[in-house]
Amino acid sequence: MQELILPTLNEYLFVSGLLFAIGLAGVIVRRNIIVIFMCLEMMLAAASLTLVAFSRFHLVGGLPDYDGQMLVFFIITVAAAEVAVGLAIIVSLYRARQTIHTDDLTSLKG
Amino acid sequence: METPWLLFLIPFASAAIIQLGLKRNAMASSLLSTLSVVVSFIIACSLLGSDQAGSWTWVEAGSFQLNIGYKLDQLATGMMIVVTGIGMLVHIFSLGYMKTDESKARYFGCLSMFMFSMTGIVLASNFVMMFIFWELVGLSSYLLIGHWYHKDSAADAAKKAFLTNRIGDFGFMIGILMLWGITGTVIFADMDGTSLGVVGTCIAGTAILLVFCGAIGKSAQLPLHVWLPDAMEGPTPVSALIHAATMVAAGVYMMARLYLSVGADMIPAWSGEVIAWIGGITSLAAALMATQQNDIKKILAYSTLSQLGYMVMAVGLVAPEVGMFHLFTHAWFKALLFLGSGAVIYACHHEQDIWKMGGLLKKMPVTAITFLVGTLALTAVPFTAGFYSKEEILYAAKGSPLFYLAAFVAFLTTFYMFRLFIVAFLGKPREHGAEEAKEVAPIMSLPLVLLALMAFVAPHITKILPVPLEWDLHFKAFPDLTSSVFWTSIGVFLAGGAVAFVLYSGKNQDPLSISLFRNKFYLDEIYQKIITICQDAVAAIIHFCDEFIIGTLFVGGATRSAQGVGNLFRRFAQNGSLSHYAYLMALGAVLVIYFTVFA
Repeated sequence: MQELILPTLNEYLFVSGLLFAIGLAGVIVRRNIIVIFMCLEMMLAAASLTLVAFSRFHLVGGLPDYDGQMLVFFIITVAAAEVAVGLAIIVSLYRARQTIHTDDLTSLKG
Repeated sequence: METPWLLFLIPFASAAIIQLGLKRNAMASSLLSTLSVVVSFIIACSLLGSDQAGSWTWVEAGSFQLNIGYKLDQLATGMMIVVTGIGMLVHIFSLGYMKTDESKARYFGCLSMFMFSMTGIVLASNFVMMFIFWELVGLSSYLLIGHWYHKDSAADAAKKAFLTNRIGDFGFMIGILMLWGITGTVIFADMDGTSLGVVGTCIAGTAILLVFCGAIGKSAQLPLHVWLPDAMEGPTPVSALIHAATMVAAGVYMMARLYLSVGADMIPAWSGEVIAWIGGITSLAAALMATQQNDIKKILAYSTLSQLGYMVMAVGLVAPEVGMFHLFTHAWFKALLFLGSGAVIYACHHEQDIWKMGGLLKKMPVTAITFLVGTLALTAVPFTAGFYSKEEILYAAKGSPLFYLAAFVAFLTTFYMFRLFIVAFLGKPREHGAEEAKEVAPIMSLPLVLLALMAFVAPHITKILPVPLEWDLHFKAFPDLTSSVFWTSIGVFLAGGAVAFVLYSGKNQDPLSISLFRNKFYLDEIYQKIITICQDAVAAIIHFCDEFIIGTLFVGGATRSAQGVGNLFRRFAQNGSLSHYAYLMALGAVLVIYFTVFA
C-alpha cells in the first residue's frame, strides 16, 4: 500500500492563497456579473480552506482541533443562502437594466 | 475754582441742560442760553487785563503730558470780549429772529455748544486742546449750518463745510505734531522759538505752513474757501456769529497765538510770503466774486472771505498785530452787517435777492442806517473802525506788490458794498415783500444799534483790543494827511463809491454781467470734476482689488482649488466601474494587511 503523504500546512495555505488570488483577479478583471459572483464564491472557499487547514494542524491533546472544521460547515451553509440572495439580486438587476455587464452598470459614478 | 473755568462751564452747562432736559421747552432754552452768554460776557469783562494761567493734567504718558488749561493774556481776553460780546448780541437778536422757528431749543443748544467750543479755542493753553476745540467749533458750525436740515441745500452745505474743514484740519494736525517734534512741547507758554531756527528754515517753514493749513480750512482761504459762501444756508444770526465774526477768524487768532508763542521773528520768511500771498489772492478773488452776487448774504459772505484774506495777508507779512486788529474791528461791523441783512431778510419775508428789495431805507430806517454804518466801516471811511485797521494793513503791505493788490481789493469792496446798499435800500421797492417790509422789533434792532456804536468806537477802547502790548500796535486816532497810504485809501473809496453810484443808481437790473465772477471762477465745478475723477480712480482701484485680487484670486482661488482636487478624485476614483472599485478595495485590504503584519 502506497504510503499516504500528508501535505504540509504551507501547501494548503499556498493552494488557498492561489484560489483567493484567482478569485480576486476574476472579480477585478471579468465583466460578467455572474462570473464575478462565482469568483467571489471562490474567494470565500479559499478563506474556508485556510480555516480548515489551520484547524487540522492545530493539535489539542494529540488530536486535530475540529471546532474550525465544524465552523466551515456553517460557513458553507450560510454561503449557500447568500448565493441564493445574490442570484436573486442579479436576476432583479437584469430585469431592471437588461444587462449583466458591469461596463453598463456605472450609475455609481460620482 | 478760579473764575476762568466758569467761562468753559457756563456755556457747556447751558448746552448740556438744553440738550438733555429742555428740548421741549423752547422759551426756557432760549432764555437759558442767552443768560449763559450774558454771564460769560460779564466774566470776560471782569477778566480783562489779567494775566494768569491754570491747568490740570488730562493725559500723562512718560515725559509727555496733555493739559486742559487756560491761558489768559491780552490776546485771549480781548478775543473773549469779541466772542462773548458779539455772541451775546447775536443771542439777543436770535430771540427775535428765531421766534417762530420750530426747533428753537435745538438752535439755542447748538449756539451754547458753539460758545463753549469757541471759548476753548480762545483760552486754550496748548495746541492739542486748541485742536480739540477746533474740531468742536467745526461740529457746532456743521450743526448750525444744517439747522434747517430738511432743506437739501442746507444739509449739503453743512456737509461741505465739515468735509472741507477736515482737509485743512488734517494739515493742522500734522503741523502740530511737527511743531511738537521741533520744540518738544505743545504748550504755548513753553514753546521756544529758537528751536525753529535750529532745524533750518525748510522744516520750520513747512511746519508753520502745515499749521496754517488749519487756518486755510477754518478761515476759508483759497483753495478751501468754497464752504463759506454755502454756509450761508444756516440761520442769519449764525452766519453773523460763526461765519463772519468769530469762528472763521479763529484761524487768524491761532496764527497770532503761534506767532506770540514762538516769536514773530522766528517765522521763516518764505512761509510768511506764502501765507501773505494766499491771503492776498483770496481777498482779491473773493472781492471779484462778490461784485456779481445777488443774494444779500452771499455778498456779505464773499466780503467776509475777502476781509479774512486781508487778515491772513497781514499775518503773512509778519504783522500779526495788524491782522488781529483787523479781526477785532471786522468782527463788530461784519456782525452788524450780517444781523442787518438778517433783519432785512426777516422783514421781507425771507427774501434774499437784493434785486427784489429796494426802498428799504424809508421802510426800516434803523436797520438801514445801522447797515450803512456797517458798510462805511467795511469800506474804510475815515473815523470808522474799519478805516484804522485797513490803513494798518496797507501800511504793513507797503513796499510789496501786495500793497497794490490790497488797494484794488479796497476799491472792489467799496464798489460791491455800495452796489448792495444802493440796490437794496435806495430806489423803489421792486417786489411785494419789500413793499410790506416793516421795521423790526426792538429786540432785533437793539443789537444792531449797539454793534453800530462799536463800529465807531471799537478801536478806541484799547483795553479790549486783542493785541498783546509787546506787539506795539500804534495807530493814529487822526489820520496822517501827508501819507500816501491815506490818500490811496481815500482815492479807492471815492472811486469805488462813484462807480457803484453811476452803474447802479436807479437801476432795476444788473447792468453788468460777468459770468466768470458770478459763477465764482467755476471753482466749485472744477472741484467737482477733480473730486469725481479722483473718486472714480480710487473706486476703480478698489474695485480691481475687490473683484480680481480678493474675489478671483483669494476667494475664487480657494473654491477653485478645492473643486479641482475634488474633480481629480472624482475622475480617478469615482468612475462607476465596479471592477475598479473592487480593485481599489483589494488594494486597500492588501495595504492594511501589509502595514499590520509586516510594518
